[in-house]
Amino acid sequence: MIESYIPIFLILAVAVVFGVVSANMSWLLGPQRPNRAKNSTYESGMEPVRTAHDRFSVKYYMVAVLFILFDIEVVFMYPWAVQYRNLGLYGFVEMVVFIGILLVGFVYVIKKGALQWD
Amino acid sequence: MQQLLQDTLATAPLGVTILLSLVVILLHSFVKNSERAQAMVSVAGLAIAAAAAFWTFPMRGTAFSGMVMTGGYASAMSVLFIAGAALTILLARDYLGKIGADFGEFHILVLLAVTGMMAFASGLDLIVTFIGLEVMSVCLYVLAGMTRGRLEANEASLKYFLLGAFATGFFLYGIALIYGAAGTTNLAAIAQSASARAQDPLFLAGCGLLLVGFAFKVGAVPFHMWVPDVYEGAPSVVTGFMSTAAKASAFAAFMLVFIAKFDIAHGRISLALAMLSVASMVLGNVVAISQTSIKRMLAYSSIAHAGYMLIGLAAGTPAAISGVLFYLLSYLFTNIGAFGVVSIIENEKQENVSIESFAGLGTRRPLLGALMSLFLFSLVGLPPLSGFFGKYYIFYAAIAEGYTWLTIVGVLTSMISIYYYLRVVVVMYFRSDTDATAVPVTTLGTASLLLSAAGVLVFGFFPRLITDIADTLF
Amino acid sequence: MTFETILFYVLALAGIVSALLVITRRNPMHAALFLIVNFVALAGIYLTLHAQFVAITQVLVYAGAIMVLVLFVIMLLNLQNEQDLFEKRSWRSYSGPILSLLLLALLLRTVAFVSGGSFDRISPESERIGTVANIGQQLFTAFVFPFEMASLLLLAAMVGAVILAKKRFP
Repeated sequence: MIESYIPIFLILAVAVVFGVVSANMSWLLGPQRPNRAKNSTYESGMEPVRTAHDRFSVKYYMVAVLFILFDIEVVFMYPWAVQYRNLGLYGFVEMVVFIGILLVGFVYVIKKGALQWD
Repeated sequence: MQQLLQDTLATAPLGVTILLSLVVILLHSFVKNSERAQAMVSVAGLAIAAAAAFWTFPMRGTAFSGMVMTGGYASAMSVLFIAGAALTILLARDYLGKIGADFGEFHILVLLAVTGMMAFASGLDLIVTFIGLEVMSVCLYVLAGMTRGRLEANEASLKYFLLGAFATGFFLYGIALIYGAAGTTNLAAIAQSASARAQDPLFLAGCGLLLVGFAFKVGAVPFHMWVPDVYEGAPSVVTGFMSTAAKASAFAAFMLVFIAKFDIAHGRISLALAMLSVASMVLGNVVAISQTSIKRMLAYSSIAHAGYMLIGLAAGTPAAISGVLFYLLSYLFTNIGAFGVVSIIENEKQENVSIESFAGLGTRRPLLGALMSLFLFSLVGLPPLSGFFGKYYIFYAAIAEGYTWLTIVGVLTSMISIYYYLRVVVVMYFRSDTDATAVPVTTLGTASLLLSAAGVLVFGFFPRLITDIADTLF
Repeated sequence: MTFETILFYVLALAGIVSALLVITRRNPMHAALFLIVNFVALAGIYLTLHAQFVAITQVLVYAGAIMVLVLFVIMLLNLQNEQDLFEKRSWRSYSGPILSLLLLALLLRTVAFVSGGSFDRISPESERIGTVANIGQQLFTAFVFPFEMASLLLLAAMVGAVILAKKRFP
């Protein structure tokens, strides 16, 4: 049973190896002549003045929370899609009710301007 | 499809409340400044839901493949939550305007909380119980912190959320262990094999963790730490709702899971419940004496009342269950009323909620003073108010079951409670008024208080109205 | 040693090491990144138990969405000096670990008692019940009611997020 996942594990392994190797290759192969200007944080040519830990606006948080909620909604659709043919009309109605309730929430979020970048 | 329709009809109170909350969300989204209309639609819709609950009352059984209970107990509890929500929404009209938080979301969250409570109190599968609990809790976490600019409200919301999430963890782990032991989350199926599992450590550990989760939600010692801070920091009407409807729903689910369905109460769980009960009664009543803030005092009193109700759970007989149900109903009217008076006394900044600020209320505003006295007397348990009969039925059932010592603790701690409840009455009538801040007159708020007072009086004079129904719930 | 057993030990080791790193890193950002490693290792363990759906949810929702939120919150708090968060050692900072160890011992004892001390068996039924197809079948027939209630939970969370986090309100 678990053997059937071997292709997935192979892809994961390739992805990890590729990421690690390509990130370190340039360090290994490239010439290294550091100076003060090169070591400073890249800030579009501006002199960096503060720490890189900058405070995020609460707006990002809001978007992230709403993203999670709709992400969970989509997770529920996955088993539904797998079983769609077996469930027939009954399953369709259930999903319509589920999405309908969340659609009301979506309307609320839009009307409230919660996704507006004011 | 036939079955689906039948199930939907049998759970009509829940269905109506869900539809109502969707309607209120849409109303709030599309019509600006319609907070008053939303409140009225909510109350009207709740009345329809209550009618649906009366209509479904005879349909005792289960729906959605044994997931939820219908009729009887479920309908009766639905009526209780609906009453709590309607009284709260009426009280909140002027209060929210006063504290500058007249958000339509208040109604949405109260309605969604009611749907959660209904599912929580009628779930026959631990999954339903859990989701109901979460829907209710999420709404309450947000309601507690609704006044965003107020530091105390932020603290209340955060504390409630963190400790609540922790308790949820216990609850869920308990469900997982029970599932591991019994192979199912269905209460009826678990009950069938419960006696065979009476020695199974996995099952007992699961029950223990579940017990911790419930004890947290009803605010029993030693899982009460959140109660004073949350009750004090949350807006007063929200506190009233939390301490009554939410507590009632937690108790209803508690009884359904541990007594009506598991039938393992007589034994270890029963002793654990008795211990929780003693600790809650003693700590709640003793600490309440030293409080100067009325909301904190009522919070500790709420812990104590959870203790009284736990006596009924420890006894676990049908008579005790119906006693607890009567107590829940009585406590609902009494405490929403008490917090309602507090919400009217408060100023815009929600500052003057000390017991001293009630000075001279009895002469300044005779009606408010009289109502507050009535609610406090009912909390003490003086006859012929409903609070007396609540205690009477529970104590009576406990003695019949051999819990005389528990009843003695209950009576003794009730006597302690007389001191701090009556202190407020003394301050209202015999202390001259120090700060002459005018208390605003609120029509809807007073109407809600009068309804609560009517509940306290009617169920006090005619307790059989409720106990006759409570005996036929299962 | 079958392939499954080896895989389990590798993933379990990764899970334990990353969990220890989460609670010992002083920089919250590093702790959060190790938490992602922990979540992925857990997802792998779920797969060895044939719980496909749980594994996928673990990666999609926890390692994906929830961790985005955690990282945002760390940046939102704008901690200039993370070291300040670590309070002085007091009895409180020791009682927590001791109590959790006691709880762990109690639970391990319980589970060991039930499974007869061996943890290397996977229930043969798990091959059937953990599949996405079976979860879909159960979720949309027997568990319709909790499924629809879940949408109300998401709805309540949506409204709550807007109230608590919207910049200008109402």
